[in-house]
Amino acid sequence: MALIITEEQKMLKDSASELFTAKAPVSQMRELRDTQYTPFDQSLWEEMVAMGWTALTVPESYNGLDFGFIGLGQILEEAGKNLSKSPLTSSILLGASALRLSDNEALKIRSFPGVMKGTSQLAFAIQEGKYHQTTSFKTQAVLEGENYIINGSKTIVIDGTTANQLVVVCQLDANINLFIVDANSKGISISKKILMDAGTYADITFKNVKVPAENQLNIKLEGRLLLDHLMAIAYAGISAELLGICKQAFDVTIQYLKERQQFGVVIGTYQSLQHRAAILFSEIELCKSIVLKALQAIDNNDPKALKYAHLAKAKLGKTVKLVTNEAIQLHGGIGVTDDADIGFYLKRARVAQQLFGDYNYHLDQLAKLKGY
Amino acid sequence: METKISISLNDFRTETRAWLEANCPASMREPVKDPFDLFWGGRNAKFISEDQRLWFECMLEKRWVVPYWEAKYGGAGLTPDENNVLTQEMTRLGCRKPLYSFGISMLGPALLKFASEDQKLHYLPQIVEGKIWWCQGYSEPNAGSDLASLQTKAIDKGDHYEITGSKVWTSYADKSDWIFCLVRTDFEATKHNGISFILIDMASEGVSTRPIKLISGKSPFCETFFDGVKVPKENLIGNLNEGWTIAKHLLTHERQMIGGIGETDVKKEVHSIALENLPVNNGLISDSILRNQISDFEMNEEIFDLTIQRVTDEAKTGNNSGALSSFFKFYGTELNISRHELLMAIGGSEALFWGENEKSDGDLARKFCRSKGNSIEGGTSEIQLNIISKLILGLPTK
Repeated sequence: MALIITEEQKMLKDSASELFTAKAPVSQMRELRDTQYTPFDQSLWEEMVAMGWTALTVPESYNGLDFGFIGLGQILEEAGKNLSKSPLTSSILLGASALRLSDNEALKIRSFPGVMKGTSQLAFAIQEGKYHQTTSFKTQAVLEGENYIINGSKTIVIDGTTANQLVVVCQLDANINLFIVDANSKGISISKKILMDAGTYADITFKNVKVPAENQLNIKLEGRLLLDHLMAIAYAGISAELLGICKQAFDVTIQYLKERQQFGVVIGTYQSLQHRAAILFSEIELCKSIVLKALQAIDNNDPKALKYAHLAKAKLGKTVKLVTNEAIQLHGGIGVTDDADIGFYLKRARVAQQLFGDYNYHLDQLAKLKGY
Repeated sequence: METKISISLNDFRTETRAWLEANCPASMREPVKDPFDLFWGGRNAKFISEDQRLWFECMLEKRWVVPYWEAKYGGAGLTPDENNVLTQEMTRLGCRKPLYSFGISMLGPALLKFASEDQKLHYLPQIVEGKIWWCQGYSEPNAGSDLASLQTKAIDKGDHYEITGSKVWTSYADKSDWIFCLVRTDFEATKHNGISFILIDMASEGVSTRPIKLISGKSPFCETFFDGVKVPKENLIGNLNEGWTIAKHLLTHERQMIGGIGETDVKKEVHSIALENLPVNNGLISDSILRNQISDFEMNEEIFDLTIQRVTDEAKTGNNSGALSSFFKFYGTELNISRHELLMAIGGSEALFWGENEKSDGDLARKFCRSKGNSIEGGTSEIQLNIISKLILGLPTK
């Protein structure tokens, strides 16, 4: 299969670029930050819903568009370029994908419509300590009659204060189970956390939270398997956003090298800077390939999808760090001022490369997958 | 439409596979250990085995020595898709190339683009038939990275040129029959505008060669000297003083070759070599630093291969920049150098063995030394970065 995007996917990418540059550019992100860290602009979200983006990865049998993850990846990449804020990652990339992978028909029929309409927003609660891992969880689910009782706590839940439904990863004896939990359930307490990207996250504790058994996402399906597939989607999707960050931080920096004058010449004439730029260009070329491959592997149900997703998150995690660090350095003094936008890219990159595992984590997973 | 094409391509694959299985001798499917396991052709062509002769002759008859050239030039006129299938099937079966020649990989593409029809009809079939062993005369002792400052001169003597000067890094010049050469034909013009591209018979009077020994030992590289060599005017390719355009085009092909595009041999994975050599604890390589380095290398290696695929696929839709060959040359050779660094680390003190017999001893250490040339030959990494920053990024020159 050719490693290129189709005309339809290109058109979607273009319309995403158009919407974000017009309605949610970096200046809007700055404004949101300066207005008590407002999580996102509701009218932008409604427009995204109207364009069908919330239905993009929902199967046709649930009235979705079933357009695929390459498509969603193009939107995430454009969002990354503009640092546009919306619940697209939390509710669609993560939440809707958990539903998509679920074998609980009734739950899917009940939940998809609200998610597609954007009225119901999902948040994905997985991480417990300081680091991402998927092996085992301290948050426990115990079956009591018709309900599960959940106890434990989750951290760094993206959009955890604005979502009305939570996808919670729990341990049930040796197994992993995922549930959809109403965010207003008794026993849940949510505390807001603003991270360096000016994004809104949540620490959530579950104290004897009663969840109806019919809200379990995996019935016959093994929870471990569902989680592996979901993580491949998460890694690939976040990588697509990171690619957008890399591209934009790089383009802005190249533009700066062509304009900024010192010693009577534009600084882009200096070979030491040219070579650093050319190295960044090369690394981003590799990033483009692996992000597309990882998204394509998900759409094709490729058995190697998880490996490609690890490759993507490892490579993008490493590259986004290099690109944003170099972008700041090549901007010089202006680069470390709050007035310049480039700092926002460094900050978002720092958070997104940490979300769902950094370069070190994924490199280690890759070695384990290959048996060393 | 789409299905129709892919069905006929599938048929082509089935036929190709069957034909290769029936015609490629077993010994021609063994990995190449030494460049001279391959057939190089030339005036003094020698087959190392009967199988090699058979393999070359039946590929020649099938017109698959250079399968993608037009029939009138000795090819089979395969489409790029068909040619990909053939390459894939040859790689799958491990079939060796029937003929190894700079005529195919470098001179041929330049002739196709710049030579007259007469010249094409004269030289291209000879390349396919392996009649001429070609070498390349580009660099000079004082024109390395600054290739355009080359000084080998061709003086117009009416019916011929008289050529005097010297070339360096001419691979296999001591075994070659002909050389394609960059020479200075105008000393008044700016340096890029006084260069011409010419073909010279190495048997001409006044041509001599001297081999160059590298840090890895014996090498195919030579110095080549021209002392008043007479060359017929019809050997000029393209227009007089426009050789730099041809040179740049040809360098793109060379860069892709060195960068590893179209490479068919399958390299053993570094981590498998590591598992055979290093202590392992609970299934993990105990040396966690080396383990990380291997994993990082394999990450880049796999993604680099995907990038070759992506850019090739994009090229089919017309979205491609020729300057990307500089990126491939830069990244591919740096990767190969990292690979040899890792292999040396994995091999420990055993990897240091040099020995006295160059052909059989010190394989790891010699290849390690040889890899240091990868980021220099065909334009240094720094030159590639210059090209990327100017041609792709549009960064200004002073």
